[in-house]
Amino acid sequence: MNWSTPETRSVIIWIAGILLFFSITGRVLRRVLKSEKSQATVQNLIARVRAWWVMAAVVIGSLMGGRTTTEIVFGLISFLALREFITATPTRRADHHALFLAFFVALPYQYFLVHTGWYGMFLILIPVYAFVILPCLSVVRGDTQDFLARTARTQWGLMVCVYFISHIPMLLQLPFPHLPLGNAGLVLFLVVVTQGSDVLQYLWGKLCGKRKIAPTLSPGKTWEGFIGGVLSASLLGASLHWLTPCRPWEAFIVALMLCALGFLGGLIMSAIKRERGIKDWGTLIEGHGGILDRIDSLCFSTPLYFHIMSYCFGSGSGWNAGG
Amino acid sequence: MLRSAAVFLTKLITGTRPVWQGCDPSCKALRVYFANHGSHLDFATLWAALPAEARARTRPVAAADYWNRNRLTRGVACGLFNALLIARDGITRRDNPIVHMANALRQGESLILFPEGTRSPDGTIARFKPGLWHLASAVPEAEFVPVYLQNLNRILPKGHFLPIPLLSTVVFGKPIRVEPGENKPGFLHRSRQALLDLIPCPVS
Repeated sequence: MNWSTPETRSVIIWIAGILLFFSITGRVLRRVLKSEKSQATVQNLIARVRAWWVMAAVVIGSLMGGRTTTEIVFGLISFLALREFITATPTRRADHHALFLAFFVALPYQYFLVHTGWYGMFLILIPVYAFVILPCLSVVRGDTQDFLARTARTQWGLMVCVYFISHIPMLLQLPFPHLPLGNAGLVLFLVVVTQGSDVLQYLWGKLCGKRKIAPTLSPGKTWEGFIGGVLSASLLGASLHWLTPCRPWEAFIVALMLCALGFLGGLIMSAIKRERGIKDWGTLIEGHGGILDRIDSLCFSTPLYFHIMSYCFGSGSGWNAGG
Repeated sequence: MLRSAAVFLTKLITGTRPVWQGCDPSCKALRVYFANHGSHLDFATLWAALPAEARARTRPVAAADYWNRNRLTRGVACGLFNALLIARDGITRRDNPIVHMANALRQGESLILFPEGTRSPDGTIARFKPGLWHLASAVPEAEFVPVYLQNLNRILPKGHFLPIPLLSTVVFGKPIRVEPGENKPGFLHRSRQALLDLIPCPVS
């Protein structure tokens, strides 16, 4: 992604403009609304907007820094996310070597594979090699208590935090020669639609939310918020079709899938938090949870997005390079 | 220089977050922090979790036989952490560890103690050694702060030398002192209970 092209500039200006609009709205509402309940809502909005600014800066900054920068940034995000995931899910002393391997071998090697573009190995390193090797390291210690649960948790942590997230920088290697923003546009489409869906679901929910959609998992979410948010974010996706190789209606369908999986992915991560009895994954963003709370809706949609882009819109023969 | 590097490195590895639940971090009282012990990272982490100014006058109390093994361990304990090394066995009246600790406290230094005496292999908190009681009755004006170190036994368990980078929490509880008429088992039980009470239970 290059600042000198007019498309890049207009995308960045649009994103900054929308965030600025929300920031100003938050400040104005804080002045205007006086009741305690609406003050709490406004505080929540302001905190969310701040997180969006950070996220936009990180994503756009890394894309502008180039492919290697993007790989390093998402590698760090994976590291912080895995750290939060394993911290929150109990493991035992017998898992020490397996966890060490997960953090210091599997994670960096997965991103190294992204860098080299060894696609075949990128696909199987964690689902096959890590799946086989990690339980071997745990089992030789002879501790059978919760064995299946412990190994499953470690594997899940790697899948969700490392394998899924590593598909984002891998998007930069798909063979699409004629995109206006290059492959960075694919990443922007994914992030803008997913985050846009979160924002729009929140706004629709605030405006007309009544019927709870998942009371045991996420009491704040409503059917009205879900439907309104997903449909409007899918329209947003259709209007951003030019970032991708899709036609508008195709982009609408892809965005619909991203929004639905983002929603369900968020619910899955909530279910894990509920089971563990925690409210947030971490404390990285003071008072507003950890990094995993921010990216939970991206985790589960990213790999499918990658494969749909690759199989349905790729040039077919192109994607065998290096693998 | 070396110390701020040690603080930075400790915070980086253990991702530590202090929670001041029962006392004020910047209080000037004579203080003994007593904590559960499950990892070599325990005292570095507790020490790094303190505010810089309190950290400068806080010394860990460690076993002389363990840390005096060679020049490197001695250098780390005394040079880097300014540890107060005490004898675990062969105690004589002239070289009484309680006297050394009490003297340090009276000079305005705070101490970090691990009253279980050794690292726990599995995260459980063992019975306390009587040293805590002897120190508390020798220096009644000092306050004893229970500190629960969470997750450090997962980050670097006993018997391992490579840490895994999980996030730890250091919970500082409400200080206790010897009550009038309280006996040794009573105080040791109460201080251990004060530490157990800091273990966060899952909300659901």
